[in-house]
Amino acid sequence: MSQKRLLAWLLPFLAIVAVAGSAFAADLGSLVTNLVTGGYSERDDAIKALATSGEARAAPILQALSAGDLYVRNSDKLVVIGKVSASGGSGKLALTDAVTGKDAGTAAEDDLDKVKVNNRLRGTIDAAMGSLTLMSPDPKVRRQAAESLFTRRDASALAALEPALAAEKDDSIKRSMIEARAAIVLTTPDTTPAQKLAAVAVVRDRGDRDAMAVLQAAAQSTNGEVKAAALAGAESVRNTLQAWTQAQNVWYGISLGSVLLLAAIGLAITFGTMGVINMAHGEMVMLGAYTTFVVQQALRSYAPGLNEISVIIALPLAFLVSGAVGVLIERTIIRFLYGRSLDTLLATWGLSLVLQQAVRSIFGPTNREVSSPSWMSGSFHVGQLDVTYGRLWIIVFALLVFAALLLLLRKTPLGLYMRAVTQNRPMAAAVGIRTPRVDALTFGLGSGIAGLAGVALSQIDNVSPNLGQGYIIDSFMVVVFGGVGNLFGTLVGATALGIVNKFLEPYAGAVLGKILVLVFIILFIQRRPRGLFALKGRSVE
Amino acid sequence: MKTAPRSTSALLYLSGVTVSFDGFKALNNLSLLIEPGEMRAIIGPNGAGKTTMMDVITGKTRPDEGEVVFDGQADLTKLDEAHIATLGIGRKFQKPTVFENHTVRDNLLLALAGLRSWYKLLGAAPTRAENNRLAEILSIIRMEAQQHMLGARLSHGQKQWLEIGMLLAQNPKLMLVDEPVAGMTDVETETTAQVLREVNKSHSVVVVEHDMSFVRALGVKVTVLHEGSMLAEGSLDQVSADPRVVEVYLGR
Amino acid sequence: MITRFLWTGMGRNLRLFVLLVLAVGIVVPALNLLMPKTSAFYVPAYALQLIGKYLCYASLALAVDLVWGFCGILTLGHAAFFALGGYCMGMYLMRQIGARGVYGNPILPDFMVFLNYPELPWFWHGFNHFWFAAAMIVIVPSVLALALGWFAFRSRVTGVYLSIITQAMTFALLLAFFRNDMGFGGNNGMTDFKDILGYSVQADTTRAALCFASALALAIFLVISGAIIGSRFGTALIAVRDAESRMRFLGYRAETYKLFVFVLSAAMAGIAGALYVPQIGIINPSEFAPGNSIEAVLWVAVGGRGTLIGPVIGAFIVNFAKTYLTGALPEVWLFALGALFIVVTLFLPKGVVGLWAQLRARNLARKATAA
Repeated sequence: MSQKRLLAWLLPFLAIVAVAGSAFAADLGSLVTNLVTGGYSERDDAIKALATSGEARAAPILQALSAGDLYVRNSDKLVVIGKVSASGGSGKLALTDAVTGKDAGTAAEDDLDKVKVNNRLRGTIDAAMGSLTLMSPDPKVRRQAAESLFTRRDASALAALEPALAAEKDDSIKRSMIEARAAIVLTTPDTTPAQKLAAVAVVRDRGDRDAMAVLQAAAQSTNGEVKAAALAGAESVRNTLQAWTQAQNVWYGISLGSVLLLAAIGLAITFGTMGVINMAHGEMVMLGAYTTFVVQQALRSYAPGLNEISVIIALPLAFLVSGAVGVLIERTIIRFLYGRSLDTLLATWGLSLVLQQAVRSIFGPTNREVSSPSWMSGSFHVGQLDVTYGRLWIIVFALLVFAALLLLLRKTPLGLYMRAVTQNRPMAAAVGIRTPRVDALTFGLGSGIAGLAGVALSQIDNVSPNLGQGYIIDSFMVVVFGGVGNLFGTLVGATALGIVNKFLEPYAGAVLGKILVLVFIILFIQRRPRGLFALKGRSVE
Repeated sequence: MKTAPRSTSALLYLSGVTVSFDGFKALNNLSLLIEPGEMRAIIGPNGAGKTTMMDVITGKTRPDEGEVVFDGQADLTKLDEAHIATLGIGRKFQKPTVFENHTVRDNLLLALAGLRSWYKLLGAAPTRAENNRLAEILSIIRMEAQQHMLGARLSHGQKQWLEIGMLLAQNPKLMLVDEPVAGMTDVETETTAQVLREVNKSHSVVVVEHDMSFVRALGVKVTVLHEGSMLAEGSLDQVSADPRVVEVYLGR
Repeated sequence: MITRFLWTGMGRNLRLFVLLVLAVGIVVPALNLLMPKTSAFYVPAYALQLIGKYLCYASLALAVDLVWGFCGILTLGHAAFFALGGYCMGMYLMRQIGARGVYGNPILPDFMVFLNYPELPWFWHGFNHFWFAAAMIVIVPSVLALALGWFAFRSRVTGVYLSIITQAMTFALLLAFFRNDMGFGGNNGMTDFKDILGYSVQADTTRAALCFASALALAIFLVISGAIIGSRFGTALIAVRDAESRMRFLGYRAETYKLFVFVLSAAMAGIAGALYVPQIGIINPSEFAPGNSIEAVLWVAVGGRGTLIGPVIGAFIVNFAKTYLTGALPEVWLFALGALFIVVTLFLPKGVVGLWAQLRARNLARKATAA
């Protein structure tokens, strides 16, 4: 024990001596020569020696060795890095002097002797590279190196880590390096309990899944105070992780909710304010998605420069296409069926079949590819939360549509007319509102919004003739759950159902979760037939 | 059925009944007593709470506060419409609602007191007593000739008569009659008043009506509702003389 | 009393129609079995199967009509009851396969062996007996209908909301039956049936008998429905449909009337599904698809809702058109089906039967004026 402790105290010192010593004792040239001579086990030592040399050339040489690009020139035994050159003609390699990094002409592969590596050496090289890159001028590379060190917990890298840590200016990278050092301290048997306890605190504060793995491993290999601390730390990390998992679920739920909101909000207009059951609503969404597809195709051929904003160009067009189809439907079918809501349901169902088949005939039955612009792809992290840009934009978009619709209903003449017609049709007609026109526009508006939803959904779902069918039942659930004729109810309903769905998924699986939500809504409608935010009073009857 | 000890001699007892819809008080601390065998006319301007009062009595609307007791023992605030109807409260709606796809005779048969349970009706045919009673009612409402006509084909006045016939068939202890003479001619109005007076000999009746000459023809105690509360009570002449009633209802 | 109950309710037209259904059920199988294949009167096996299938659909349509036409409840989930009945029958047929399956397991059906089931799930016990399966064919759909209806009617969920609930129900079942761990064969469902009551399902005589049984079931359903609609119960039921709250004020418990018919109708749909499965030879979750239920509603709409003959005629017309079009012009079928929905609701609210009655009334009126 005491010996170990002594060794532990000495270790950093020894490491520094080793680093300084090796740099002092062997210049780069002999290090490289050692690399290409001898058997695999000598090479292994040579790699380690090169890696700890602190030479700037060490990294490219080791990379070349790992990639199989390191050669010895037959003519003069010079160690070179050979790359297939673009201009050198077939079979010729462009050479660089491994030690100096200067150009060394070209050579055919036959004139070179490849330095062989095996998997064990590659492993050594990877580990060595990890410490080498800690000193890289590129902060990204340094950060990555520190992170990979944390997961690998390679005790031999400790030597490289200390000087890197001392030299590091960037606070967050420094933090990563401290964490990496702590992880190594925890897994190295010969560090003091005091060091280990400090390390536990560092790793615990990191608080992610890797940290928990480190702490659990540490708890296995230690005992006494340190073990207890590691266990407590792991537990605390587990709690943090659980909180983040919940947060992630909420985020997924909100994301799903925004999709539901987009799909349902148009329905809330037609169903909520007009009492019309539009089973073809999902097909309006589908038309919006196909509009996006057509716009992208057209831009690809005629204006490739605009591809990045194709989705934005598609928005107004999708609104117009779906809206126009909506007005057409209202004028030719639905207006004859007011007051017969169940018949409307059947007629619009028929319509949905016709629209699906029409799209299938025109665009084919298979999925169509709609690409995402670069500003909608990728993701970023908030703490442990993984946020994709695409989802984020859809949430923003859903809220914008919601706000715009609210403004439209409350502040514009059309909104006023719509509310008037909803509340008392004969009276509205009597004061001079052209109710047929308001009906057509209301239906067109609801359909147009479905078209907008289609543009958004084309980014996250398969664009196929069946696209709309997947959303129609969910949309009805949202509207009914939230309370018919209440836009805020739709907002709350969509978000609540989205979150509940995502919270059920881990426990019950996606399908069973969905079934449970359906059953919940069936029971909910029994309790509150008019939804969460229902109107009360005699006028309801 | 639970029966509480009889607490009042009144057939219908309303006390402190309040109903509000989203803050608007349709009934405000309303109290009303109907004695057995009594006929009462309820008048009041639109929105005074007449229909809501009927809704509360028949179980369609639950009051937020107050007591509603029928026949001294049944707490109507706890029972549903079907139960209240079988206790003996019949209702005629303001807008005549007869069963349009049924004949006049079937309408009356449906209303006829007696069988209500689904499994008994599955195998039942009208009995001799029931047929006799139907014939009797058909003659009272003078619709023997139309007995096989569909409800949908009746004129407005005929529907009103059929509704009254259905009330008779139901034979309730208490009849709630909402605007029975709306849309009737003067002669029909006079006949309706006669029929109601005749009915009153064996039933208690509450009539809601706007038509003052009809209320006068009934010649019964009048209750004036205003903003969900009772404003005045007494004979038509008494309430007509009440300056508050004149103010809110009869106007100047 | 029972016979009086059954016959008084039925009008002359309905009695003739029931006899017609029975005649089809006897003549078609007989022509298949007795006529030589060369004869002009020979009914080929595929036609026999088709007519048997249509008869089952007609029973489903009648069940839908009982609740839609006579209770005013637009059910968008009746195919679920049909499919549940079918699954009960499928479970019986699976158990009859025994050791003749691909894996030769005497107890476990093939898909369970494939999915590594250690033993038969508890809800599969008893299905090796026909009487048990037969009972379940009626009980399972009825209990589901009872539960759903009891909640829904008691809390007075009506109209569109009820339609949405029924659709959600069938959608939830669709998702559930797709799952492998439900123990009903998941995606693939059940197929490769061998015997029913000891007779091979492939045999001509069995097929003929199943076709006859389907006709008999339909005839019995028509008689029962006719009797119910013609009774005082039926009078009250239609009154509930037209003015539910008025009936409550007359002292009727409207929900019990609806509930009885809803449960009866679910049981009918279940039996129809059970007869359908051995004739088709497969049952899988796609039978629960919401579209199927809505299509059944269309059969009723085409034939004429609120009549007992209409749904049967509608089921035959639409399904004949479907068989023909999906074979001859497959891409046209969905257009035709969609258009049919629209045309019927816009121009034929009373269906073919209503149209016929209207034309006859006009003819009579013309004759009367001419004379």
